[in-house]
Amino acid sequence: MRMSSREVSSSEIKTTQPALTPQAFLLAKTKWRWPEVAFWLVAFSLIWLMPNRHLLLNEIAILGLFALSIDLILGFAGIISLGHAAFFGLGAYAAGLMAKHGIGEPVVGLLVAGGIAGIAGFFSSFLILRGSDLTRLMITLGVALIFHEIANRMAWLTGGADGLLGIIIPPILGQFEFDFRGATAYTYSLVVLFLLFLLARRIIHSPFGLSLKALKDNRLRAGTIGIASARRIVAIYTLAAAYAGIAGGLLTQTTAFVSLEVLDFARSADALLVLVIGGSGYLYGGPIGAIFFKIMKDGLSALTPAYWLFWMGFALVVLVLVGRDRITGFADRLFAPVVALFGRKAR
Amino acid sequence: MLTILFDGIAYGMLLFVLACGLAITLGLMNFVNLAHGAFAMAGGYATVVMVNWLGIPFIFSLPLAFFVTAALGLVLERTLYRHLYGRTHLDQVLFSIGLVFMAIASMDYLMGSSQQFYKLPEALKGQFDVFGVGIGRYRLLIVVICGLLALGLQIVLAKSLFGARLRAAVDDPRVARGLGIPVNSVFAITFAVGSGLAGLGGALATEITGLDPTFPLKFMLYFLIVVTVGGTSSLTGPLLAALLLGITDVTGKYLAPQFGAFFIYAVMILILTLRPQGLFSREK
Amino acid sequence: MSVLALETRGLSKSFGGFKANTDVSLKVQAGARHALIGPNGAGKTTFINLLTGVLPATAGSVWLQGEDVTTISPQGRVRRGMARTFQINQLFNELTPLETVGLAISERTGFGAQWWRRIGTNSAVVDEAAELLMRMRLGDVMLRQTKVLPYGKQRLLEISLALACQPSLLLLDEPAAGVPEDERHEILDIVTALPESVTVLLIEHDMELVFTFADRISVLVQGMLFAEGSVEEISNDPRVKAVYLGEEAHV
Repeated sequence: MRMSSREVSSSEIKTTQPALTPQAFLLAKTKWRWPEVAFWLVAFSLIWLMPNRHLLLNEIAILGLFALSIDLILGFAGIISLGHAAFFGLGAYAAGLMAKHGIGEPVVGLLVAGGIAGIAGFFSSFLILRGSDLTRLMITLGVALIFHEIANRMAWLTGGADGLLGIIIPPILGQFEFDFRGATAYTYSLVVLFLLFLLARRIIHSPFGLSLKALKDNRLRAGTIGIASARRIVAIYTLAAAYAGIAGGLLTQTTAFVSLEVLDFARSADALLVLVIGGSGYLYGGPIGAIFFKIMKDGLSALTPAYWLFWMGFALVVLVLVGRDRITGFADRLFAPVVALFGRKAR
Repeated sequence: MLTILFDGIAYGMLLFVLACGLAITLGLMNFVNLAHGAFAMAGGYATVVMVNWLGIPFIFSLPLAFFVTAALGLVLERTLYRHLYGRTHLDQVLFSIGLVFMAIASMDYLMGSSQQFYKLPEALKGQFDVFGVGIGRYRLLIVVICGLLALGLQIVLAKSLFGARLRAAVDDPRVARGLGIPVNSVFAITFAVGSGLAGLGGALATEITGLDPTFPLKFMLYFLIVVTVGGTSSLTGPLLAALLLGITDVTGKYLAPQFGAFFIYAVMILILTLRPQGLFSREK
Repeated sequence: MSVLALETRGLSKSFGGFKANTDVSLKVQAGARHALIGPNGAGKTTFINLLTGVLPATAGSVWLQGEDVTTISPQGRVRRGMARTFQINQLFNELTPLETVGLAISERTGFGAQWWRRIGTNSAVVDEAAELLMRMRLGDVMLRQTKVLPYGKQRLLEISLALACQPSLLLLDEPAAGVPEDERHEILDIVTALPESVTVLLIEHDMELVFTFADRISVLVQGMLFAEGSVEEISNDPRVKAVYLGEEAHV
């Protein structure tokens, strides 16, 4: 008897609200939880703990940032994009061209890369204000294809299919030299990812962030309580584009190379897969998904070098078929305490 | 000049056959199937195998390509696609991109990554002059086949009992079921026919567009353009859009090759921004 | 003459060949409890969509507190004091009532676009939201997700959300639609207790609610203004009765 009554009460914990004042309730939602702290502590400690995997870790951090930028528009504003690589590529080329022509300072390069991508994002955001998911998806795809085409045709500037050669990256802030084992690279990317993550976290927990969630939920109603939806979407799309541009800039600076690959459709699709794996709408989906994605890709490439694309496709099909909800639902049950502590609402 | 126009028309007709299956699944069934090009590719490869390896005459291999891909479409619809009808567009997009990746890798594995060709029968090679306009025999064949198909499809959809059932099933599956319409089989048959048409298009396209494992990605946007720019209220819209796209693309590549496909993308973005419902559909 | 809370002049809307609203000229006095009634398909919902700017008018104009707002966006009209509820709930299912209402308050007070400030740190907004929800009998559920609330509570939230915009003109689109009988009174109480300063235009199908609540009634039939008058005038008008009974009006 005792056992069963205890079970009932523990299963009801989810439904009964703790006695909180409204303000405390709202503030509690935005508090840092220990798994979040642990996540970042582990990420930073890997600088010392896994010195021979720094190159891979660097790629994970960059992919995580790129996926985070898509999460900002997909997970928080509900906009599907198949062409986010346009901004990634733009940032990558911007950083590369600057370094090649003498302004190599990495931090300045990143800011410019983010700025240029942000400007491009601002202007293209007006194209996706109207229409359905389908037209958005085609317009974003079309924008990315145009960028790809331009980069391809302007070979005198971009190096075309051969890639941009001769990029030399000086030390960060004149202090930290890039080493070929990737220690500086990983540290640098991780710090940038962390700072941008902090900013994103602050933004989604702001009134602006809440209004985005409302827009995603019900755009009609959002308009009738006075939310100017177009402006909010332009703002978040611009920000997401700037994030993607910075991610691209990081890739260029840490590998000292850019090629047309940065604008590939596959890059946009990869990042979407990352979000499918990691989940969207709670900010950690990008970084966490990136870890699994890279490990999976590494393993599969080692197994069947030419055909890992098949397994990527297979993963997408299976993940979607089983149901993204069901997977996260399963994960919720399995890791319920942990997930709850990450601040994600059980759907 | 008129030869270019004719080539453009032939190319447009070809795009229509490639994309009309998508016009039905996307336009009527509201399913975003980015893997439509994979069926076209399957048809193309099937023809290559039949003509080059098995020695089946080209003309007979065309209907066979249709049936092979239709069967493939039917199997996939019954096993995979039908689970996704009610899902969000995002799920459908991710799922079908996954299929595209699998198709690309599989074809790469089976047939290699190089361009594929088949031997055309002598009768279809070369061109002849009509009032000084050079008409390619093969392109003429495409125009004839595709024109007949377009006409036939329009009649089937608008006039036949099956067309009526399909429209009813799309409008409200629950009510349609209540009326005794076998909704599931209607969807399955539609999907199969759509895939089969893509396969036939792929078989015809190999000679003109080339065929390699990246085909589904390269032409994905073209198919989507035909459908979204054309609108989905009838098949006339997609047909006009396909012709427009074909003519623009061929003329563009001939007159200003340095721009590549740039022009097409720009026009598409412009049209979709100004008229999200499509160029030829009435505003709702 | 005092300024009208709302006025439409020759407002018309057609969809292709179908005329949903034809030449509707309506005047709503400030502080009024005005009801707009009409049989199904009379064009009431189209009319409210024209008022709020969700649909563009084909012809005519909309005046709010003496200002022509015909070409102003829906958000602009909200800022000028027009708020509405929906016949079918249009709520933010993933959010809590507290967040939902807080959103509208932030928007009204100009904090809606702040991206640097954490939610909940602005106690003026939180207090106002909590206070409004208490008053609307949603105090006990304000920290739950909206989608798990019972239907009657969601209807109340629908009205609360409109009130959070502090409207001078409130458009209620069938506020009690679909609410079970035993929860109806809660909504009626709330609606009748609305402060005098708020002008209310009630779009309703339910005659009982209209007759107990309204001081003035307009009747819309086939997209046209058919009759207008006090409650007595309308309830005794044989033509209106005929319309509602679906008979030919022999006058």
